[in-house]
Amino acid sequence: MSEWWKYHISDFLLFSPRTYYRLIERYNEAVWPGHLATLALGVVILVLLYRPAPERRRTIAGIVAVLWAFVAGAFLWKRYATINWAATYFAWLFAIEAVLLATLTFRLSRDFAGRVGVGLFLFSLAVYPLLAPLLGRGWRQAELFGVAPDPTVLATLGLLLMAEQPPPWWTLVGPLAWCLMSGALLWAMGSPEVWILVMAAILVLGARRIRRSDAPSTTGA
Amino acid sequence: MAASAAAVMLRRPPSALARAIPVTKPIPSSGEKIPVVGLGSWITFNVGDDPELRDECAAVMRAFFQEGGRLIDSSPMYGSSQGVIGYGLTKLGRPPTLFAADKVWISSGSRGPQQIEESRTLWGVPRFDLLQVHNLLDWEHHLPTLFAMKAEGRVRYVGVTTSEGRRHGEMERIMQTQPIDFVQVTYNALDREVEERILRLAQERRIAVIANRPFRQGALIRQVERHSLPGWAAALGAASWAQFLLKFIVSHPAITCAIPATSKVAHVVENLSAAAGPLPDAEVRRRIAAYVESL
Repeated sequence: MSEWWKYHISDFLLFSPRTYYRLIERYNEAVWPGHLATLALGVVILVLLYRPAPERRRTIAGIVAVLWAFVAGAFLWKRYATINWAATYFAWLFAIEAVLLATLTFRLSRDFAGRVGVGLFLFSLAVYPLLAPLLGRGWRQAELFGVAPDPTVLATLGLLLMAEQPPPWWTLVGPLAWCLMSGALLWAMGSPEVWILVMAAILVLGARRIRRSDAPSTTGA
Repeated sequence: MAASAAAVMLRRPPSALARAIPVTKPIPSSGEKIPVVGLGSWITFNVGDDPELRDECAAVMRAFFQEGGRLIDSSPMYGSSQGVIGYGLTKLGRPPTLFAADKVWISSGSRGPQQIEESRTLWGVPRFDLLQVHNLLDWEHHLPTLFAMKAEGRVRYVGVTTSEGRRHGEMERIMQTQPIDFVQVTYNALDREVEERILRLAQERRIAVIANRPFRQGALIRQVERHSLPGWAAALGAASWAQFLLKFIVSHPAITCAIPATSKVAHVVENLSAAAGPLPDAEVRRRIAAYVESL
């Protein structure tokens, strides 16, 4: 990209906010009542985290991987790519991330990072869907965990943060790349949700760094 | 008063407006005349497969043709815009006055022909009137392809584009060395960098100029609309900020056409109205630029 310094974030916005949020609305109509299932799966993840057993830890990874694969195919590939050609590449990124997540085991850490992770997961599950109606866009454009990419990525970051054994750095690449891309588009559209993605990314990187610096004094998995 | 006049005009349905014939300018390389206001499709026509929004775009196109518009511009970079234009053209019965302008935008020169064919299929037109190399991307390979297509009668005009002041030096070199018919650059009352060299060169080399981002993607309108139009705008027949700003652009002797993008019927009617009536002379153009800069 020559003369890259002359580009602005808004130069990469290919569609209007109205088009984007109508896309979310029409997607919600198409996958309803799948939202109830993904919310239930979110609750199941929480229960499994607080009632650990070896096979349950793998179950969490399986659920998260399936949801990433679903968002990759149903939203990014099939719908978002109709207005954003970059979504095709992100669909592949989500599919790869789904495979990576499936290999992990999740066990709740009760340190500071773990508590932050639980908070982020709960926020994504219970608060994020309220943002659309609170911001005047209405329930039909609500974005839910396991259905829409932003809350799914945020919840996954929470899970990666709360895991007792810090996950490999490469599992963070997909979620953080999404935060960067989606955050830039939300910024260009003037959507306040951008700050949630930015803060979550900073929080995860910061908490991960704190945990690593405290590593000698904590017990591993 | 002018603002209220614009508001009254915009409340009227398009059919109720007295249709003025838009001003046309010749394409220097052929003498063919086209209206000085066209229709861009960046962002506004990228609505995916949303049927409601597709119909809104078709309504914009209908009003555009009804008001005498001809040139519609798009690009493979603009998401679903090409397909949406094709949908609108089909719905409108393929208006014969269409001047179809599209671009090739791919880093591999050898894949240019395939992309052009895909674009043509999406538009549903037998051939494009104008094909441009988007943002000068791999122009060294794409331009020979486009010149060959022109020689075979598969496109009528060839051009190159850039926007927001990027790569003007390279564009000048192309204008000096390549037999292109069109260039497309950003030009408006605040972004006047091209006046110094590009527009002068276009006149010397008899190259048509399309002005993109006439309202800075709407930001310029939002910036000025809280202020009143100057009293002397009425003498130009400009009843709104959009008309005032468009008249500034299309009155430059080197500019052939401006391509504002919109998703609203009222706006496309308003834009086409700017192409009718008197255009400012050099002195008034300086006055307009100074006034907009002062806001």
